[in-house]
Amino acid sequence: MSEASNDQYYVPHLAKWPIVGSIGLFVTFMGAIQALNSQTSITPWLMFVGIGIILWMMFGWFGDVIKESEEKLYSTQVDTSFRMGMIWFIFSEVMFFAAFFGALFYARTFSVPWLGGEGIGLATNETLWSGYEGVWPTNGPADLNGRFEIIDPYHLPLVNTLLLLASSVTITIAHHALRANNRKQTIIWLIATVLLGAVFIFFQAEEYVLAYRDFNLKLSSGIYGSTFFMLTGFHGLHVTLGAIMIAIITIRVIKGHFRPESHFGFEAVAWYWHFVDVVWLGLFIFVYIL
Amino acid sequence: MKKMQLKFMMLLGGLLVSTLSAAEYGMNLRKGVTEFSETAFGLHTFTLWICIVIGIIVFGAMIFSIFAHRRSKGAKADQFDHSLTAEVIWTVIPILILVVIAVPATKALIKMENPTTDDGKRLAMDMTIKVTGYQWKWKYDYMDEGISFISSLDRDHDLARQKGSGVDVTTIENYLLEVDNPLVIPVDTNIRFLLTADDVIHAWWVPDFGWKRDAIPGFVNEAWTNVQTPGTYRGQCAELCGKDHGFMPIVVEAVSKEDYAKWVADQKGEQEVEAQMVDTEWTKDQLMAKGEEVYNTQCAACHQATGAGMPPAFPALAGSALVNGDPAAQIDLILNGKPGTAMQAFGNILSETDIAAAITYTRNSFGNTAGDVVQPATVKSMKQ
Amino acid sequence: MSQDITHDEVAHDHHDHDHKPKGFVKRWLMTTNHKDIGTLYLVFALAMFMVGGAMAMIIRLELFQPGLQFVEPAFFNQMTTMHALVMIFGAVMPAFVGLANWMIPMMIGAPDMALPRMNNWSFWILPFAFTMLLATLFMPGGAPAGGWTMYPPLVLQGGHNVGFLVFAVHMMGISSIMGAINVIATIMNMRAPNLGYLNMPLFVWTWLITAFLLIAVMPVLAGAVTMILTDRYFDTSFFNAAGGGDPVLFQHIFWFFGHPEVYIMILPAFGIISEIIPTFARKPLFGYVSMVYATAAIAFLSFIVWAHHMFSVGMPLGGSLYFMYATMMIAVPTGVKIFNWVGTMWRGSMTFETPMLFSLAFVVLFTIGGFSGVMMALAPVDLQYHDTYFIVAHFHYVLVTGAVYAIIAGAYYWLPKWSGHMYNERLGKIHFWWSTISVNVLFFPQHFLGLAGMPRRIPDYSTQFAEFNMMSSIGGFAFGLAQVLFVYIVWKTVRGGEKATAQVWEGAKGLEWTVPSPAPHHTFSEFGPVDLSKLANGEKFSILSDIDEKDDKQK
Ligand code: HEA
Ligand code: HEA
Ligand code: HEC
Ligand code: CUA
Ligand SMILES: [Cu+2]
Repeated sequence: MSEASNDQYYVPHLAKWPIVGSIGLFVTFMGAIQALNSQTSITPWLMFVGIGIILWMMFGWFGDVIKESEEKLYSTQVDTSFRMGMIWFIFSEVMFFAAFFGALFYARTFSVPWLGGEGIGLATNETLWSGYEGVWPTNGPADLNGRFEIIDPYHLPLVNTLLLLASSVTITIAHHALRANNRKQTIIWLIATVLLGAVFIFFQAEEYVLAYRDFNLKLSSGIYGSTFFMLTGFHGLHVTLGAIMIAIITIRVIKGHFRPESHFGFEAVAWYWHFVDVVWLGLFIFVYIL
Repeated sequence: MKKMQLKFMMLLGGLLVSTLSAAEYGMNLRKGVTEFSETAFGLHTFTLWICIVIGIIVFGAMIFSIFAHRRSKGAKADQFDHSLTAEVIWTVIPILILVVIAVPATKALIKMENPTTDDGKRLAMDMTIKVTGYQWKWKYDYMDEGISFISSLDRDHDLARQKGSGVDVTTIENYLLEVDNPLVIPVDTNIRFLLTADDVIHAWWVPDFGWKRDAIPGFVNEAWTNVQTPGTYRGQCAELCGKDHGFMPIVVEAVSKEDYAKWVADQKGEQEVEAQMVDTEWTKDQLMAKGEEVYNTQCAACHQATGAGMPPAFPALAGSALVNGDPAAQIDLILNGKPGTAMQAFGNILSETDIAAAITYTRNSFGNTAGDVVQPATVKSMKQ
Repeated sequence: MSQDITHDEVAHDHHDHDHKPKGFVKRWLMTTNHKDIGTLYLVFALAMFMVGGAMAMIIRLELFQPGLQFVEPAFFNQMTTMHALVMIFGAVMPAFVGLANWMIPMMIGAPDMALPRMNNWSFWILPFAFTMLLATLFMPGGAPAGGWTMYPPLVLQGGHNVGFLVFAVHMMGISSIMGAINVIATIMNMRAPNLGYLNMPLFVWTWLITAFLLIAVMPVLAGAVTMILTDRYFDTSFFNAAGGGDPVLFQHIFWFFGHPEVYIMILPAFGIISEIIPTFARKPLFGYVSMVYATAAIAFLSFIVWAHHMFSVGMPLGGSLYFMYATMMIAVPTGVKIFNWVGTMWRGSMTFETPMLFSLAFVVLFTIGGFSGVMMALAPVDLQYHDTYFIVAHFHYVLVTGAVYAIIAGAYYWLPKWSGHMYNERLGKIHFWWSTISVNVLFFPQHFLGLAGMPRRIPDYSTQFAEFNMMSSIGGFAFGLAQVLFVYIVWKTVRGGEKATAQVWEGAKGLEWTVPSPAPHHTFSEFGPVDLSKLANGEKFSILSDIDEKDDKQK
C-alpha cells in the first residue's frame, strides 16, 4: 500500500485482541482472587492462564500495530494519536503513584503525629496510646511486627539512583543515534540501558532480602513497612516492565524496524523510562532520605 | 399540554409550600436544646430562605420565558448570544450572597471547635465522658467518676425488629430509639466527649445537641455540649458500621445536678457489688441464667439466639470445636477477640462475671455438650 | 463519501457506505466502529440501569413500612452498596461514554475515535468487571456491604468479596482511563482542520474536560482500593491505627477521587443540555465562552473540595473552614451555567418536544439539588445533615434528575439520528410527565426525612418517619415503571416508525445534523474542512480557530 496521506485516517476494521484482552484480565483477576481467598485447588493456575492470555494479546496486538506501521499505513496524524495516548497513559500512572505518595505524606504529617499526641491528637495519645511518641519511621503505637531498621539511603539506594540516572542518559544517546540512523550505536546503547535496568532490579531484590532477613523490615511493619514496600514495589514492577519493553524495542531495532524520522514505539518506551526514573527520584528523596 | 404545565407548576408550588410549613409538622431540622444546635438551626433557616428566593427568581424567569417566548404564541427568536453586563452581574451577586452566608457559618464553626468564654478564654469543661462505639452498642466511661457501662438497643425493640417477629412495630413507643442503659448527664454543665471506636467507624449523633462526630478506631475525637433543659434526647449511630448499623440508638437523659449526683452514687454502689461477685463461687444454674441474658444482649446479634450464627461471616457456636473444647481457648478468644474480624475483645466491654456466664451458657446450650462451668474467678485470672 | 482504506476484507463493494461487518461476533465483539461501540455502551448502560434500579426497588420496598418485612439487614446493606456502584460505574458513566462515542466524532468531523481498537477494549472490559462484581451476590457471605464509599475498616470485614470488589473497581478504572484517553486524543487530534477549539459544540467541550478529570482521578481510586486489598490480604497498615495508619486516610484518598467523580457524572450532562436548549429555543446558546470557562472552573474546583464529605471526622478547624469556603465557590460557575440556560430561553421561540421537556426539568431539579449542596457545604450545619436522608435527597436530585435526566434527554434528542426513526412524541411526553411527577414524590420527601433525623443506610426506622417513607416508596415504584415505558419507547423506535430527516429538529445546529439519519456506518472518512456555518458556534469564533482559510472563503 502507498504511504498514508493525511486526508485519511487509519481505522482498523476488525480486531479480536480487545476481547481477548478483556477475557485475559478477567481470568487473571479471578485467579488472583481465588489465590487470595485460597478456596480451591485450581488456585494460582487460573491466574497464570490469565497472564498467558494477556501476553498472547499483547504480542498479537503489538504485532499487528508493528506490521501496520511497517506497511506505512499510519499517517502522521495517527502517530499523534498514539503519542497523546501514551502521554495521558503516563499521566494516569503518575496519579496512581500520587495516591501512594499522598498516603505517605498524610501518615507522616498527620496521622503519626496525631497518634503521638500532637495537634488535635492529644486525647488520642492520652487515652489510647500513652507513651507513643509518633516519630518517623514507625511501625505504629502497637509496634506491629516488632523493631526494625531502615535501609541506609547512601548505600544500595544511592547506587540504584545512579544506575537509573545513567540509564536515562544511555537511552537518550540511543535515541540520538537512531535519529542519526546509526543503528549499531542504537543497539549498543539500548542494550546498555536494559542492563542498567536489570542491575537496578537485582539490587532492589537484594535490598528486599536484606530488609526481610536482617532488618526485620516487612510489609507488615506498620505504616513505614506499608508505604516503603508498596511504593518501591510498584516502582520496581514498573522498572521491570520498562526494561522488558526496552528489550523488545532492542530486538525490533535489530530486526530493522523504525525509521530515523518516525519511531513512535521507541519514543513511547523512552518516555516511559524517563517517567520511571522521575518516580524513583521522588522515592529516593521522600522514602529513603527524608 | 397547557393543563399539564399548570399541574406541574402547582406541584412545584405545593412542594415549596410544604417546605415552608414543614417546621409545623416536625419535618424541619430540629432546633435542639443547645446553643450550638440553635445556631445551626438558624443558619439552616437563613440559607434555606436564600435558596428559596434565588429559586423563585431563577425559576420565575424561566417559567415566564416558557409561557411568553413560545412559538405557539408566535414568539420570534431573538439572536443575541451574550451580554457582558449580565454575565458579570450574575457572577458577582452569587459571590456576595455566599460571603453573607459564610460569615455566620465561620463564627458558628469556631464556636463549636474552639469554645471560648465571653472574655475570650478557653471554655473550661466540667466533666469528661468517653464514648466507645462497638458493633453494635455504645460504651460510656465517666472518666471522672469511674463509672462505665454498655448501652444497647432495648431487648423488646430488638425482638420486635427481627424479620417475621409478628409484632406491629407501630405500637411500640420510640421504636428503635430505646436503650437498656441510657447515658445520664447533668444539665447546665460543660461536658467534654471523647469519641472512639473499637472495631469500625461509628458516629455519635444526638440531633438535639446539634452535631455528630465520628468514632474512629484507634483515634479519639473531641466534642462538647451543654444542655440547659432536662429531658430525654434520642439519637442514632450515623456512620454505616455493618449489618446492625440501624440498631444502635443513643438515649441521653439530662437531669438536674442533684438527681445526677444521686444517680452517680447508685451506680457506684452497684459496681461495687458487681466487683465482689467476681470472687464468689457461682452455681451452674446461676451462671446459665445470667449467661442467657448476657448472650442474648451481647452475642446474639452475630451468633444468633439459636447459636446457629450466620456463616460464613459469623460462625455457628452450636457444634463449634472451640466451644466444645478447652475452656481456656474460648476464654482467651472472648477476652481478646480476634483482630480484623467483627469478633471484638470483650475483656474491655463486659465484666468477668458476664463473660464467665456467657461462656458457660454457650458451652451448655445449642446442643453443645462441654458440660463444664467457667467461674468468674477463672476469667479474672486469665485477664491478667 | 470516499472509499474506506481501512477495510481489510477489501474484496467487495467499495460503494457501499454501510459495510457493516457480517455476523454477530464480528459486528459486536470485534468492532472498531465508534457508532457500534457507542451502541454497545448505551445498551450496557441501560441494562445496568435496570439492574441498579431493581436494587433500588428492593431498598424502597423494605423501607415502605417500619419493621423488617422482606430482607435481612445484611442483605439490605448489600443492596445499598451494589445499587450505588452499579448505577454510577455501570449506568451513568458508560452511558456518557456511549454518547461520547456516538456523537463526538460526528460533531467534529472525524472518521472515528482516535484509537478504535482500544475503544473496543474499553467497552468489553466492563461486562467482565460487572460479572465479577455482581457474582458476589450469589456467593456465601454475599456482596460488598460497606457502602459505595468502601470505608475501611468495615469493608475489610467483607470476607471473600473484598478481592472481587477491588479487582472489579480496577477493571472499571482501566476501562474509564482508556475511554478518557481516547476522547482526549479524538478531540485534540481529529477535529476537522478548520474546526477550532472555540468552534466545538459544548458537549465536546464538557467531555474533553471530563476526560481530564477521569484520567486524573480514576488511578487514585485504583490506588485507594489497592491499599484496601493489601490491608486485607497482605498485612499492611494503611488504615490501621495500631500500625500508624489511619482509617481517615482512606476517606481523603477516596474523596479526592469521589468529588471529581460526581462532576464526571454531571459535566457531560451540562453539555447535553447546552445542545438541546438552543435547538428548541431556536436561539444561540447564551454565553458560549463563559460556559466553557465555567466548566473548566468547576473542574478545577472539584479537585480542592473533597473533604466536605468528611466534616464530621474531626479535622482541624482550619481544614474544615477551608473546605467549606472552597465548596461554596462551586456555586458560582454552576450558577453561571444555570443563568446562561435561562438566558438562552429568554426571548427565544420555544417548542416543547420531549428532549426539551427533560432539559427544562433538568435545569429546575438540578438547581434544587445544587441548593441543598450549598446548604451541606456549611460545615456547622452539615454536622446535622451528614449521613442523613437529606444527603440522599441531594445527590439523587443531582444524579437522577440531573445526570440521568440529561442522558434521557440526549437519548430522545439523538435517537432519530441513530435509528433513522422518530420516537413516538405522545409516549415521550407521557414518559416525561410520569417520571417528573413521580421522581419528586420519590425524592422530595427525603429532604424532610433527613432533616427530621433519619440516618441513611438503615433497613428499618423509627415510626415517626413512616409517612414520608411510604410516600417516597410509592414515588419510587411509579418512577421505576416509567422507566420501563422508556425502554419500550426506545425499543419501538429502533424497530421502526416514522422516518427521520437528516436535520430532525428544525432549530438544530451541528455537523451531526448534516449527515443522513440513520447516520451511515462511516461518516467523514476524508479529512477536510467542514462547513462551519452548520455549527452552532462555527463562525463567531473563527478568528480564534487554528486554521481559518476555509472560513475566509465563506465570508
Ligand atoms: C452529579 C453529582 C453531584 C453534583 C453535581 C453535586 C453538586 C454539589 N454537591 Fe454534592 N454530592 C453528590 C453528588 C453531587 N453533588 C453525592 C453522590 C454525594 C454523596 C456521596 C455519599 O456520601 O455517598 C454528595 C454529597 C455532598 C456533600 C457531603 C454531604 C455529607 O455527606 O455530609 C456536600 C457538602 O458540601 C455536597 C455539596 C455539593 C455542592 C456545593 C455542589 C455544587 O456543585 C452545587 C452547585 C449548584 C447550585 C448551587 C445551583 C445553581 C446555582 C445558582 C442558581 C447560583 C446561585 C446560588 C447560590 C448563591 C446559592 N455534596
Ligand atoms: C447515578 C446514580 C444513581 C441513580 C440513578 C439512583 C437511582 C435511584 N436510587 Fe439511589 N443511590 C445512589 C445513586 C443513584 N441512585 C448512591 C450513590 C447511593 C448511596 C449508596 C450508599 O449509601 O453507599 C444511593 C442510595 C439510595 C438510597 C438510600 C439507601 C440507603 O441509604 O440505605 C435510596 C433509597 O431510597 C435510593 C433510591 C433510588 C431510587 C428509587 C432510584 C430510582 O431512580 C431508580 C429508578 C430505576 C428503576 C426502578 C429501574 C427500571 C425499572 C425496572 C427494573 C423494572 C422494575 C420496576 C418496578 C418493580 C417498579 N438510592
Ligand atoms: C459484632 C459481631 C460479634 C459479636 C457481638 C460476638 N461475636 Fe463471636 N465471633 C464473631 C466473628 C466474626 C467470629 C469469627 C472470627 C474468626 O474469623 O475466626 C466470632 C467467633 C466466635 C467464637 C469462635 C467460634 C469458632 O468456632 O471458631 C466464639 C466462641 C464466639 N465468637 C463467642 C462469642 C461470644 C460468647 C460473644 C458474646 C459475649 C460473641 N461471640 C459476640 C462476631 C461476633
Ligand atoms: Cu454504629 Cu452505625
Ligand atoms: Cu463532593
